[in-house]
Amino acid sequence: MRIFHDTWLVFRRSLGLTVRQPAWLIAGVMQPFVYLLLFGPLLNSLSSMPGFPPGGAFNVFVPGLLVMTALFGSTFVGFGFISEMRDGVVERMRVTPMSRTAAVLGRTLRDVVVFMVQGLILVVVAIPLGLRIDPVGVVVAFALLALIGLVLGPVSYAMALVIGSEDALAPLTQAIALPLLLLSGVMLPMSLAPDWLRTVASLNPLYHATLAIRALFNAQFSDPDVMVGIGVMAVCAVLSSWVASRTVNRATA
Amino acid sequence: MRDLVLETRDLRRTFKAKTGAVEAVAGVDLAVETGTIFGFLGPNGAGKTTTLRILTTLLPPSSGTATVMGLDVGTDAPAVRRRIGYVAQSGGSDPRMSGRGELVMQGRLFGMPGRDAHRRATELLEALDLADAGDRPVSTYSGGMRRRLDVGIGMVHRPGLLFLDEPTTGLDPQARARMWDEVRRLRDGGTTVFLTTHYLEEADALCDLLAIIDHGRIVASGTAAELKKAVAGDVVTIGVTGSGELVAQLLAAQPFVREAGFADGVVRCYVDDGESSLPAVLRLLDGQGLAPQSLALHRPSLDDVFLRQTGRSLRDTAA
Repeated sequence: MRIFHDTWLVFRRSLGLTVRQPAWLIAGVMQPFVYLLLFGPLLNSLSSMPGFPPGGAFNVFVPGLLVMTALFGSTFVGFGFISEMRDGVVERMRVTPMSRTAAVLGRTLRDVVVFMVQGLILVVVAIPLGLRIDPVGVVVAFALLALIGLVLGPVSYAMALVIGSEDALAPLTQAIALPLLLLSGVMLPMSLAPDWLRTVASLNPLYHATLAIRALFNAQFSDPDVMVGIGVMAVCAVLSSWVASRTVNRATA
Repeated sequence: MRDLVLETRDLRRTFKAKTGAVEAVAGVDLAVETGTIFGFLGPNGAGKTTTLRILTTLLPPSSGTATVMGLDVGTDAPAVRRRIGYVAQSGGSDPRMSGRGELVMQGRLFGMPGRDAHRRATELLEALDLADAGDRPVSTYSGGMRRRLDVGIGMVHRPGLLFLDEPTTGLDPQARARMWDEVRRLRDGGTTVFLTTHYLEEADALCDLLAIIDHGRIVASGTAAELKKAVAGDVVTIGVTGSGELVAQLLAAQPFVREAGFADGVVRCYVDDGESSLPAVLRLLDGQGLAPQSLALHRPSLDDVFLRQTGRSLRDTAA
């Protein structure tokens, strides 16, 4: 199938380009580290508060950081795409038989690999600080993280393609990413939030992903949060890929 | 019967602008023969790139038809893409990639197995004299090297028709001469080359056939020699200090002058026989107290062709 062949080609090419610039990867890892070291200790004293979820401060906080890494690792990818458009790379490939969907899917998979590596480093570093993990739970949690990438990445690429300039893309991306972040309960658990805020948050797919990943880290596999999180993200991934693929195919027919 | 590789009929493309609809391509008819270098000459903004984008399937026409190798660019776009090569003005290589990496990627996108793509990349790097630079990032290439690589990327799948958008714009004279050689080599190898340019010298020296476009319309087409012959006789150019319009009008009224016009600070006067006309022109101007600053006689150039059709000099509009 052309789409798999081309997705693989685009994935390999873009991953190669990313690996050649490790500065970018290091910067991506730095941010969760800063949160882990400078913000994590504050949560330790909060964890005894009523309403704070079970599992200890780091088992609440690290899953949230993972979701944040996935969020930032997928919503800002459109900027790199615009720079490729400016170099004429995207247009050059449009005058080839390449699958249009593969152009987005290959890059999205690269982004997924990048933030998964960042997340893995984060988990390993957090274990001596007090994170307790369940191996199966972590594997499923990372699969869920990959789904976040498949939901958000294609949207960012499709927006970049249609908008075409960083100046217009930046405020729009911010306007989408910030409420997604704040309403996902990654910084502080939403169980501390007033009812109305929790109701609003429940409309955010990332909120359910965060809850599911927390439960998975605590090995609470029968917790309904797990199935809800996976289900919500799977549906969103299908919807988002469909919309993005349509947009890309229309913009680059 | 001529063998046509590309043909357009009444091709049009309208863009919406703040001031209303703008017709960037306003009824273009082209016929490109197989195995030629076809030059699409015109000033910036004349509609060259828009036409090229239609022909390469990047932009649907508002109306009219374009067929490439017998395939309609609108309805058969995927089949057209497999048969043509396209090199945009801005190129299309990623500065972070190596030249070889880009060539291999392009070959793979056209369905070549990895080994064939690598072999083809090596072949092209050698042919384009980039063998030593093949494994370096494109960002380290000179302008001429980069442009040669772009041509190589367009040629990976051995297309029968290669589109080059302003292939020598921004290149120094040496790199330009080199690119001309490259384009001739492609033609001699059987590839039809369709290139756009706003350089008169390039159109004159390189292209077998030309179409001149201005404001979205073809104003003249043929070989450079034919086009220049159509501007009959010789051209007398007169540098004037006073009113050029007046001088042009005065000259145009003379029986030995076919046509005269003022543009860009010089009066151009088209005459049948330059040698015998010069003294007459001089006498006439002297008699009116309009002593010319300079006076020159030359054979018509492509610029005269453009000037005759549009009333403007391509040399100036292209700047």
